[in-house]
Amino acid sequence: MADISISNSSTAAVGSLSVEALAGPQKRARKEALIRSVFLLASLVSILISVLIVVSLVRESWTFMTQVDWSVTWGQNGWRPRRGLYDMPTLLVASLIVTVIAMLVAGPLGLGAAIYLSEYASKKTRSFFKPILEVLAGVPSVVLGFFALFFISPQVIERIGRNGWLVIGAVIIIAYLAVIAGWTRNLVRREAGTELATQIKRVLTLTALVATALILIWWVNSVAGSGDPASADFFSVKRSGQLAAAAVGVGILTIPLVASVSEDALASVPQELRSASAGLGARKLTTTVQVVLPAAVSGIVAAFIIGISRALGETMVVFMAGGAADEATFTSSPFEGSLTMTAGMASLATGTDNVVGEGLTFQSLYFVGFVLFLLTLFLNIAAGRFVNRVRERY
Amino acid sequence: MGLSTIGDNQVARRVEDEIFRSGRDLRGTGFRTLMFGALAVSVFILAVLIVQVVVDGWPTLTGRFGDFWSGTLRSRSSDEGLGISQGLKGSIWIAAFVALFSFPIGVSAAIYLEEYAPRNWLTNTIDIAIRNLAGVPSVVYGLLGLFLFVKTLNGGQSALFAGGLTLAILVLPIIVITSAEAIRAVPSSLKQGAYGVGATQWDVIRTQVLPFAAPGILTGTLLSLSRAVGEAAPLILVGAITGRLAARDSSLIDQLGERFTAMPIVIVGWVRNSGADEGFGPAAGAAIVVLLALVIAMNSVAVLLRGYFEKKRG
Repeated sequence: MADISISNSSTAAVGSLSVEALAGPQKRARKEALIRSVFLLASLVSILISVLIVVSLVRESWTFMTQVDWSVTWGQNGWRPRRGLYDMPTLLVASLIVTVIAMLVAGPLGLGAAIYLSEYASKKTRSFFKPILEVLAGVPSVVLGFFALFFISPQVIERIGRNGWLVIGAVIIIAYLAVIAGWTRNLVRREAGTELATQIKRVLTLTALVATALILIWWVNSVAGSGDPASADFFSVKRSGQLAAAAVGVGILTIPLVASVSEDALASVPQELRSASAGLGARKLTTTVQVVLPAAVSGIVAAFIIGISRALGETMVVFMAGGAADEATFTSSPFEGSLTMTAGMASLATGTDNVVGEGLTFQSLYFVGFVLFLLTLFLNIAAGRFVNRVRERY
Repeated sequence: MGLSTIGDNQVARRVEDEIFRSGRDLRGTGFRTLMFGALAVSVFILAVLIVQVVVDGWPTLTGRFGDFWSGTLRSRSSDEGLGISQGLKGSIWIAAFVALFSFPIGVSAAIYLEEYAPRNWLTNTIDIAIRNLAGVPSVVYGLLGLFLFVKTLNGGQSALFAGGLTLAILVLPIIVITSAEAIRAVPSSLKQGAYGVGATQWDVIRTQVLPFAAPGILTGTLLSLSRAVGEAAPLILVGAITGRLAARDSSLIDQLGERFTAMPIVIVGWVRNSGADEGFGPAAGAAIVVLLALVIAMNSVAVLLRGYFEKKRG
């Protein structure tokens, strides 16, 4: 029995079988190592790209930040890069308007679709609707730009008209207030009786009231203040579209994203929670609203943040249907034309062979891009945190 | 077991209602209807969108079918030679760039991350980089392409290779993420079996992992191809042509260094011209029908393929 001894200590290697013998021919090991390093190189490409993105953004926007006269970047009443006026508020406010309206479209529709698909739909209904939503996710943004300009703007925005929008806006604002009020009431009820609860209640009620009043004033102002004053009931037909039409287009593009991320969150809620709720006698509605949704809330928040980040970065729809070409005047009304950060960058880069204009025009492109990059990076990291929280819990 | 009279039936139904509350749970039914409404509206929008585009573009597409395919970018919409041939050529080139660069690099990176990578800081960094790259807005990739390929490598001149490489970089994280998911789904028993009969790691990957993950990898690649073909913003940034592009007959290699356009860029150019020259509107619609047909075909094949294999493997 001593002639076949398996040993892993070299001093006792008397047998015919050692670890060295098991390792196989050296050539084979070298080939394996080579293959491994090729794959490692491929995966390092992603780090290289990240570094290159940051380097290119920082380099050019550093030139902009150190050389620009900062007074032309704030309070200039318009983004006119070819004339050396880089008014950031114009782009930021337009981006804010587009993102908010887009999320008003994509948030409820995406979340509703996710709740139906995850909680109510039969297997058959699911397998019918889910691929359709995935196709909607694949529609190129230029198609939505065309649709926003030639359909949403004339057939929806302008047809509904000024009075219609006044009412619709007011209803949406009041509905959101109601949701927030209900949510605070629940929050306060949990702490009922304590001094803290009364304080929270006071502060929140006051903030909500002030915010609503401000939003309502802004809304009435922007609806009443836009369009041709001579035609009292209709917006003047804008051949180039307006922010609202573009924003609805962006919202439609964002629906599938919000839907699929929220559906993942709802699906990760353990089935036991639903069964337990039903076992206690809760109806389907109660189970869905009071058990499943609260359990998935981190994932749903993540879905909304990812949606916001996507809407903020969407370029072509606003560029085509946003109602502004090379430059934009400051506006806080969704019924006017303007440029978002992304559309501003695209419009700077079109029409000419190279980006030309006043000295820092090329660098301004990278400055806006850097601001956009930081904003979306922050949102994506926040969304990642929320997604991880769901994963850790279940 | 009693006689079933009409009265008994009514009692039975009432008891049933008490238990299932089907007829009385108004709020529940309302909520369910509302949620279904959200789904239905989303799908309805897609239907309106497709119908609207087809209605707008159909006359141009069928009216001058042959000319439209072989035509080029022109400055007036009434021009007989107006068409999409240059856009199609550019888009095919871009798809080729994605297939040539993103596919091999992306799949290799996914193999490394799933099969080789040890748990250390480097793997973590790669992972974070890929996740964050997937969320970077497409215009920012355009800025990278403009800086790296146009300004640094090509002396400020826009060229086809710059657009192709920019989009190849754009879809790389998508390919890595979808391929990694497909590779993760390979059952470890398959791999253990192969190791057991003496296969090396590369043998296992080549003969077991890749064949099993192939459908998933293919699905991800198709989705990213359709994304690249439909993307416009980065191409505008690296200087794709929206106006007029001189028709030239040059060799394949020479084309790489020439100015270019692509299907989405053609559409953007025509839509923006339609303010001054209304005829460009329908032309853009017709180009969209072509692009949409291409993209939806690729996406549907990808989704169906995945569904087929999911069902087959249970």
